[in-house]
Amino acid sequence: MTMTMARERDAEKLLEVRDVVQEFAVRGPGGVKGAKVHAVSGVSFDMWRGETLGVVGETGSGKSTLARSIIQAPRPKSGVVRFLGTDLMKLGRRALTEARRQMQMVYQDPYGSLDPRWTVLELVEEPLLGYKVGTKAQRRERACELLDLVGMDPGVFGRRRPHELSGGQCQRVAIARAIALNPALIVCDEAVASLDVLIQAQVLNLFERLRTELGLSYLFISHDLALVKQVSDRVAVMHLGQLVEIGPSEELYRRPLHPYTSALLDSIPGLDPATGKVRRPTAPKGEPPSPINPPSGCRFRTRCPLAQERCAQEVPKLRELFPGHQVACHFPLATPDAAATDGAASASGNGAATAGDAART
Amino acid sequence: MSGEPTARRTEEVLDLALPTTARGPSPGGPLLEVRDLRVRFTRGGRVVNAVNGLSYTLDAGEILAIIGESGSGKSVSTRSLMGLLPPSAQVSGSAKFEGTELIGMPEKEMRAWRGAKIAMVFQDPARSLNPTMRIGAQIVEAIRTHRKVSKKEAAERAVELLKLVRLPAAERRFYEYPHQLSGGMRQRVVIAIALASEPRLLIADEATTALDVTTQAQIMELLVELQQRLGTAIIMISHDLGLAASYAHKVVVMYAGRAVEYASAEKLFANVRMPYTRALLGAIPLLDRKTHELLPVIPGQPPDPAALPKGCAFRPRCDVATDKCLEAPPLKEHEPGHWWACWHPAGSEDTAAGGRAGGRADEVRVGSARQVEDGA
Repeated sequence: MTMTMARERDAEKLLEVRDVVQEFAVRGPGGVKGAKVHAVSGVSFDMWRGETLGVVGETGSGKSTLARSIIQAPRPKSGVVRFLGTDLMKLGRRALTEARRQMQMVYQDPYGSLDPRWTVLELVEEPLLGYKVGTKAQRRERACELLDLVGMDPGVFGRRRPHELSGGQCQRVAIARAIALNPALIVCDEAVASLDVLIQAQVLNLFERLRTELGLSYLFISHDLALVKQVSDRVAVMHLGQLVEIGPSEELYRRPLHPYTSALLDSIPGLDPATGKVRRPTAPKGEPPSPINPPSGCRFRTRCPLAQERCAQEVPKLRELFPGHQVACHFPLATPDAAATDGAASASGNGAATAGDAART
Repeated sequence: MSGEPTARRTEEVLDLALPTTARGPSPGGPLLEVRDLRVRFTRGGRVVNAVNGLSYTLDAGEILAIIGESGSGKSVSTRSLMGLLPPSAQVSGSAKFEGTELIGMPEKEMRAWRGAKIAMVFQDPARSLNPTMRIGAQIVEAIRTHRKVSKKEAAERAVELLKLVRLPAAERRFYEYPHQLSGGMRQRVVIAIALASEPRLLIADEATTALDVTTQAQIMELLVELQQRLGTAIIMISHDLGLAASYAHKVVVMYAGRAVEYASAEKLFANVRMPYTRALLGAIPLLDRKTHELLPVIPGQPPDPAALPKGCAFRPRCDVATDKCLEAPPLKEHEPGHWWACWHPAGSEDTAAGGRAGGRADEVRVGSARQVEDGA
């Protein structure tokens, strides 16, 4: 999928993020401005139409801040966010509201994102009302249609209020609200994290179905690496406000280039359901450094097993080592030269498989 | 469990000189034996059956995982052991800890047990700590509640405990407040408090759920280390089958207040019998699945504990259910060391041939073969 997209890059480009920086001031006693939290520090990436980009990282790595910077809530401190060709950073309030029609968010807490006093139908109609779409009857009709689309019977659930719904049902309502205006991009910020595994699987499958039926793009934020792999064409790994690796998901998981990605992958429990064989996770050493006072050079160097002197002095730039696979590391775990000897055959084979898969879906 | 010898044991632990594994049945029988535990809440005329006949045994130094969805009764069942349920809860059945009956124990007596022999670690470390107290003082408080020692001795022991749970710069952290620590460090402090009285059993109720994968791995490593070095038995309550498979010796899978499958971790995951466990296992996103591949899901919601379906509670969502399932299947030891409650277990004659369960198993098998190739 990424290969075909690379060819039609400019025509299909949905989102272009360049050097986005977001910082927050920490206020001390008495509201005195104190230190600065470097939440997002110079993140750049592109997203194409119909693509799902997963964003992974630990708590405090700036995943959510990045998402909020993209939808301009609040505006980032500097950088460029070009969405469907327009630079959102330069838009005024009214133009921005109009642009946001094309991008919607689904949040983690399904109860918190719905007004407890509204009925399900009212909740789903709200975005239509906000953008003055159709007449009252048309809006009601569309709301019923949307509820059907997310697998909820409007006759049964339409009159209910959020407290009468389960977590999974609330999340379906939140998704119906998000797709009401036919957006091009949906930002899912830990959208299934609070759901039980069986309900989570149902909602993930719903996301997949809507993607193929409506041609949606997702920016899928999660701390669960396996979950992100399940839904994403490409995956971006964030560490302490910086993008450390981005690449096609199959490749990134098979051959991580950044030591941090590798450490993240090693820390998830692996279970082979067929044989019951278990791979016990290995934990990385140490605590993540503080975003108030990040280490010089590479911000991962304090926890990195491969760190050398150069890592403290020079900030590694994001560079493309394999087609579409970028990494910000002085000493990546694989290089094209090394891979050429042993991995080239398997890499091309897998690339073909990925393309085939995309074609099938 | 009082006084000198235990303190010395921890010192040895601090030297890390004695990596002993105290696991296995103790001479006086199992550490904890739960038999037919039932918990019922009555609220406004509605009867909620939270736990319906749960039985398991736990040996000293063993790790038991209780797995289930929200509302399956996993937390309620362990809280009833510690007498932490509201007065509206009606608890029946038996839970013998080192031969002493815990259910129905008078509150006064329970206070001496709770925290001293059985300790608990909860999901949210931020809420289990007092935000206005330095962490050192909170550990000292826990130590002095259970043992008559001077403040100075308790403080020394608190620093020891902080070192034991591998909190970096323990002497300095002793004087810090909870808000100055990260989530993982706070959970370490909570574990240190739980260990203050050298408990024989530690109940970790979703102790790593709120943490990052990297921190989760660190905390689990710590718990396993403590289990091996101190011989503390651990009950880990989780909804994560992968986590249970990685660390637990025994696994209980709960559905609607009942244990539906119970076996050693190796046995269970090598040969899952109960369709519910199989569904849980199938729904986990795995690294060896292809992108955009749909997850095998089962329809519906967990049942309302106030209106449980007749017979097997999983029947309405089960794809191999028959009329026989209207009669509740008992939890029986069908194979040595492997208990399950199902009339139509996966892998048996009548279900292996057809049905979605069989197909699902094959899909999973294909996935695992791929992983092996990738690893090679």
